[in-house]
Amino acid sequence: MSGIGAALLNSLDIGLLLFIIAVGLNIVFGVLNIINFAHGALYMLGAYLAFTLINLVGMPFWAALLLAPIGVAILAVIIDRVLLKFIYSRDVADSLLLTFAILLIINESVRVIWGSGIQVVQPPQLLSGSVELLGSSVSTYSLFVIVVGLLLLAGLWYLFNRTRVGRIMRAAALDRDMAEALCINTRMVVTGVFAFGAWLAAVGGVVAAPMRALDPGMGDKIIIESFIVVVIGGLGSFPGALLGAIILGLIHGFGGRYLPEVNLLLPFLGMALVLLFKPNGIMGKGATA
Amino acid sequence: MKTRILMGLLAVVIAGLIAVPWIASYFYIFILTEILILGLFAASFNLIFGYTGMLSFGHAAFFGIGSYATALVLIHLEWPFLACLLVSMGASALLALVIGFLSVRLNEVYFAMLTLAFGMMVFAIAYQWRSVTNGSDGLAGFTLGSFGLGLDLTLGNPAVYYHVVLAIVAIAAVVLYLICRSSFGMILKAIRQNPERVSFAGLNVRTYRLVAFVIAGAFAGLAGGLIAPFLRVASPELLHWSMSAEPVLMAILGGTGYFLGPFVGSAVFVLLETWITSFTESWMLVLGIILAMMVIFFRKGLLGTALDWWMEVKK
Amino acid sequence: MNNPILTIDNLTKRFGGVTAVNGINLEVMPKETIAIIGPNGAGKTTFYNMVSGRMQPTEGKIMLDGQDITGLPPHKISRLGVSRSFQINNIFPEMTVQENVEVVLSAYHGHSRKLFNLASRNTGIQQEAVEYLKRLGIDGLKDQRAEVISYGDKRLLEIAMVLATQPKLVLLDEPTAGMTPDETRRTTKLVKSLADSGDYTFLITEHDMDVVFNLADRILVMHRGEKLFAGTPEEVKNHPEVRVAYLGEEEDEVVEEANP
Repeated sequence: MSGIGAALLNSLDIGLLLFIIAVGLNIVFGVLNIINFAHGALYMLGAYLAFTLINLVGMPFWAALLLAPIGVAILAVIIDRVLLKFIYSRDVADSLLLTFAILLIINESVRVIWGSGIQVVQPPQLLSGSVELLGSSVSTYSLFVIVVGLLLLAGLWYLFNRTRVGRIMRAAALDRDMAEALCINTRMVVTGVFAFGAWLAAVGGVVAAPMRALDPGMGDKIIIESFIVVVIGGLGSFPGALLGAIILGLIHGFGGRYLPEVNLLLPFLGMALVLLFKPNGIMGKGATA
Repeated sequence: MKTRILMGLLAVVIAGLIAVPWIASYFYIFILTEILILGLFAASFNLIFGYTGMLSFGHAAFFGIGSYATALVLIHLEWPFLACLLVSMGASALLALVIGFLSVRLNEVYFAMLTLAFGMMVFAIAYQWRSVTNGSDGLAGFTLGSFGLGLDLTLGNPAVYYHVVLAIVAIAAVVLYLICRSSFGMILKAIRQNPERVSFAGLNVRTYRLVAFVIAGAFAGLAGGLIAPFLRVASPELLHWSMSAEPVLMAILGGTGYFLGPFVGSAVFVLLETWITSFTESWMLVLGIILAMMVIFFRKGLLGTALDWWMEVKK
Repeated sequence: MNNPILTIDNLTKRFGGVTAVNGINLEVMPKETIAIIGPNGAGKTTFYNMVSGRMQPTEGKIMLDGQDITGLPPHKISRLGVSRSFQINNIFPEMTVQENVEVVLSAYHGHSRKLFNLASRNTGIQQEAVEYLKRLGIDGLKDQRAEVISYGDKRLLEIAMVLATQPKLVLLDEPTAGMTPDETRRTTKLVKSLADSGDYTFLITEHDMDVVFNLADRILVMHRGEKLFAGTPEEVKNHPEVRVAYLGEEEDEVVEEANP
């Protein structure tokens, strides 16, 4: 029983972390019609910036959680204004190619700046202990990740359903020309949404930093996971991202505990199964060519 | 007239390639062997990207499987090299059939994501299935025996191996070229430009995409089969997505709209890599910057840009 | 020969709460030319999309030559002999005009499965392609890239591609939309001669009433997804309700826009 409880909590913290990252990918796709291959690299940048701020500058974790994502968002604005602006009007293949190029550039830059070795970030004092829950000991940090995930979930829901900015984003996602006709500066919306997606990825990176060792391959792992999440849930769907993330979290949480030898394969098998029966994802529509 | 000049140029290049072992050092033989193999890899990729319009970020899966298949057959069965290559093609085609079946029915964005994800799945398997693949170290220590067809070739000699690669890549390129210029190839081009119109002409676009994907997979597998004895190892790096990035870049670099584009791209790529890695380890960084610049400013590739320029001059 | 080639029974399409096409019945006899008219948003394009397999009907049945084709994918319906043109240009822009027709012909003759023939030496198909271009009067453009020819010529090219599959039933979706008056006259004359040749059965939607009255044997008038009236051109001209429907032409353009 305690095993199941622990696996469940573990699934939830992995799942919500994945949600934070995958939902950023999804929002960018929804508004810009671009799959940002560099999304995982931005997540990694968030983690490494936090590492620098905490371990090298000596800031507290909380300051890093605030500052690192802002730094990554600023970088995203630059990427958008310098590179992506050329390809928004072009064929979708060009945007895939360009974000892929950005992925290569960021990955290698991280290797150059921080080295190929593994770096570790300590969780803040307040969250480094563990508590008894569901009959087993759970690290406080896991609970913190779950709380952050739920707060962001609520915040995003509020943003998209209750605020003007959220409605503008949704309008732009549906029809950019119409949004323009309504005197919404879509150029600003595009940059803003891209930066917001990057901010979400970086928040995920900072939150993940104390749980996972930092290495230059961490972005690749997370981008594959995010793809699996959006394929399972349905590309462009907000509830789909949540569902996909929770499913993948469960696969990891239980798979890692009960089927360790095929653990790595399980997410892909899950994705293949969804593709066989629901090619557009569980909550998605309209992707078949 | 123009075709004649190009044909003449091609004949000179091929004659030059054949003569290389007599006029150049081992260093250049190695470089050219690599250019040819990666050129075939990139040309197979361009069948699905440049011709059919499907951008795959997982093409290394087929290249890698091809190299593992040849390595495994050499280690366990010691078959002639030609048979190994056929096994490589078959194994890659089979894998392409499975991955393709799940991926080709979705749109371009999904296709790009799925090929990357499934490619990494194959990488994960090669990494973890130590008993068969020897994990992260990869398979090494195999030796080439006979070639097959009763030919007496010392494959261990780099010059001989270079000639074998040249012959096989040339044959494979001709076959790929014929496919591109066939009625089937014409349909692939039509699918890239307007898939819906093709389906309203009575063709199942999915089937055509899948067939193209499998053919591309088979030829990537052939290239993989050629690279394993050349590198003397079949390792997970050959399956990694950064390996998938190489044919993408080569095709873009050379020009996706031209059959020879990927080969030109491969030559520029390998020469650049050799040159740049001689003074920095951040080859991937340079690669990313080049890719970004090519996509933004020179979408037609070097060959396309050069041909455009030539046309201008001719006028 | 008195069996209808196409039988539409209670064809209905709903998008959420909006009914785009509501309970349409229609029989098309061989060699007949039927025009479907109606204001924007009347459901003509949605109707076409269902007959050609681009959309699944919510209700109803489509029979082609006695065979149920309801909900089949486009390539199967095309194989069975229904060929359609689109309101927007739907060609292969980077190919030559002749190659555009060759693609369709290769598909039709099954050459598309040939991996090792040289398409550029496929003289049978090339000659046939030129034949179709001649029939539409655009064989002079055969070596031009399709994206550079005029709008009207593109539409004619599309009709050539539609005919190249030797369809039992041809669906033309506003063949003269966006054409200059001169091109419209030329196109109408062409379609008229094709229809008179007795080789084809046409289903045409059209805004231009002159074109409609010139071409159609029978006319189906649609309004807000429903059949308002069906009859000969003479009957339609004199029908009071049809006139009313046309006076309200600008009222509802929503549904059509939502389903390109």
